Amino acid sequence: MARDVLLRNNVTVDGPADGRPIVFAHGFGCDQNMWRFVAPKFAGEYRTVLFDYVGAGRSDASAYDVDRYRTLDGYAQDVVEIMDALDLRDVVFVGHSVSSMIGIRAALQSGDRITALVLIGPSPRYVNDGDYVGGFADADIEGLLASLDSNYLGWSTQMAPVIMANPGRPELGAELTASFCRADPEIQKHFARATFLADNRDDLLRVRVPTLILQCSEDVIAPEAVGRFVSEHIAGSTFVRLRATGHCPNLSAPEETADAMSEFLTSA
Amino acid sequence: MTNGGQLVGGQSGDAFYGALAEDDAEELYDNAPCAYLSTLTDGTIIKVNQTFLAWSGYERHSLVGHTRFRDLLAPGDRIFYETHVGPALLMQGTVREIAVELVAASGKRLPVLVNSVLKRDADGNAVAIRTALFDATERRSYERELVVAKERAQEAAAHARTLAQTLQATFLPYEIPSIPDLEIAGAYRAAGDGSVVGGDFYDVFEIRPDTWGMVLGDVCGKGAAAAVVASLARNTVRVEALRASAPSAVLTRLHEVLRRYHPDEFCTAVFVCIERVDERIRLTVACGGHPLPIRRRVDASTELVGTPGSLVGMVKETRYTDVTVVLHAGEALVLHTDGVTEARRGADFFGDTRLRALVAATPGPAQAIADAVVSAAVEFQGGDTRDDIAVVALVAGSAVAADDGGSLCDGSDVAAGRDVGNERAKGRHVLQ
Repeated sequence: MARDVLLRNNVTVDGPADGRPIVFAHGFGCDQNMWRFVAPKFAGEYRTVLFDYVGAGRSDASAYDVDRYRTLDGYAQDVVEIMDALDLRDVVFVGHSVSSMIGIRAALQSGDRITALVLIGPSPRYVNDGDYVGGFADADIEGLLASLDSNYLGWSTQMAPVIMANPGRPELGAELTASFCRADPEIQKHFARATFLADNRDDLLRVRVPTLILQCSEDVIAPEAVGRFVSEHIAGSTFVRLRATGHCPNLSAPEETADAMSEFLTSA
Repeated sequence: MTNGGQLVGGQSGDAFYGALAEDDAEELYDNAPCAYLSTLTDGTIIKVNQTFLAWSGYERHSLVGHTRFRDLLAPGDRIFYETHVGPALLMQGTVREIAVELVAASGKRLPVLVNSVLKRDADGNAVAIRTALFDATERRSYERELVVAKERAQEAAAHARTLAQTLQATFLPYEIPSIPDLEIAGAYRAAGDGSVVGGDFYDVFEIRPDTWGMVLGDVCGKGAAAAVVASLARNTVRVEALRASAPSAVLTRLHEVLRRYHPDEFCTAVFVCIERVDERIRLTVACGGHPLPIRRRVDASTELVGTPGSLVGMVKETRYTDVTVVLHAGEALVLHTDGVTEARRGADFFGDTRLRALVAATPGPAQAIADAVVSAAVEFQGGDTRDDIAVVALVAGSAVAADDGGSLCDGSDVAAGRDVGNERAKGRHVLQ
């Protein structure tokens, strides 16, 4: 069973076996390669655990179950099962994007395994609701689903161009290129719905572990007001605004991201 | 290049050099047949060409230095860009043929295909993103039609699968009659993803008190034609069993019906008459071109029951033989279609030996036997079933006797597989 989970989620573990575990969880759209520039910075001291959600990256797509993954709890279950399989304790959970809320759900469902949370670009609800501004309207989410459809034909082959060998550059090797940011479009659409139609605002109040919120500048997916909302609703959380722009500081500003995490972890 | 003042292509030198002068790099950049824009790695636009401005309707000064490329995209596309394209670009250095819609100054949406490359400095640091956009209005509407057509095709396939499964369900009994001291269970697995109706069928039904008929058959072929024959075969067996004198007669009638109405189709079938006589379970088996049933004794030994007979509906002359056995307490009889034994892994077939070993190793209950045989056959071919598989298992209860009960079963039936020309010898009419 444990081995099945590790294969199913393409779990990769690095760092000292007795190090405090850090579980890095990727967001909607990509896979564990999102942590390529960040995770190695922690592997000297921590036990780093990377994985792909079922349906993403190099996970076992045959394990995908529409019912299980209809909501974020199915993804949280992946996290819980991975922690169980490795019997991880005193876990730092690092979630990018939607994985922030998945991590909170996993923390609430796994007793006391998770003892610290790092939320990168979190949003408890992407769609506006009354006074709450998530940044998107329902129609925008429909637009995203249409966009996934539009790129259906292209994504099947377009990500496989031969990457010219150039050892000085940190780009993915050709074999990883084949899977990075690619998944069955039907699964992506289900994940998109689970992500963008979720409402985890009430869960924020239930978080009891030290939490770091890393907010990018000018993030259109998770605007600063949303990050502030998360921080205000998680008791005792730390809010750090990064200079990095966009939604993926783990790719665009790995140094700054890792530094902010390290500072937080020395106290958490 | 020139030949007597003439270019090779026949143009005058003046026209050639004149055109070349007009098409200098700067002019080409600005008025290229595609839109160009360059941005910082955070997407802030630093340079656009005239084509982009003409397509989008924006003023250069309102874009350069202020606007991020993603902000010009429709909101849904913006999410897609930020979650998929941006990371891929940073990680791979290039993305190609991304289909998005540009929101023009007028609010109108312009479908474009986007190619981008990451420009790095001498030290390998990403400094800019160069993007080319191609007007894809017509291509996108065509692609949308394709997507719609694909969705329709998927719906049609799902519909066909439902139809096939619904139809297939009619080849299997809704309910197996309960017979005292005899457990009966069936298991079925469609070929492939179940989208094509197969030709396997089975049925168990009461003929009169203490007598039941059981048939398991396999129509050659798949799809609608096989379904029609399977349906006819099942109904024919039900009707004929009520008036036939013996299982062999049922098969003979089935043969005649198929020859008459479906001369191009044929099937294999095994018919078993089940009787409760003197608290014993007596089985009379006739087989038409079908794998013989396997009997499992309580000591886990196995033997085949019955005599091979002609394919049903195929040749003109047929030969079906009735063989009677008494099932002792705890014994099983297992009927199967060739989807089990002909399950293939590479050049290897599941085969009779594996099947008999499996039956020997599975004492019951009946459902466990049927399920074990089906899953072993499915597993053997790695889950990708080429043919449909049907299995029916009978297990005699502990209350029945552990002997043949004297004359209930003439041992010569089993041993000699006596051909009685569709009529039972000794006046023993099994079905009447």
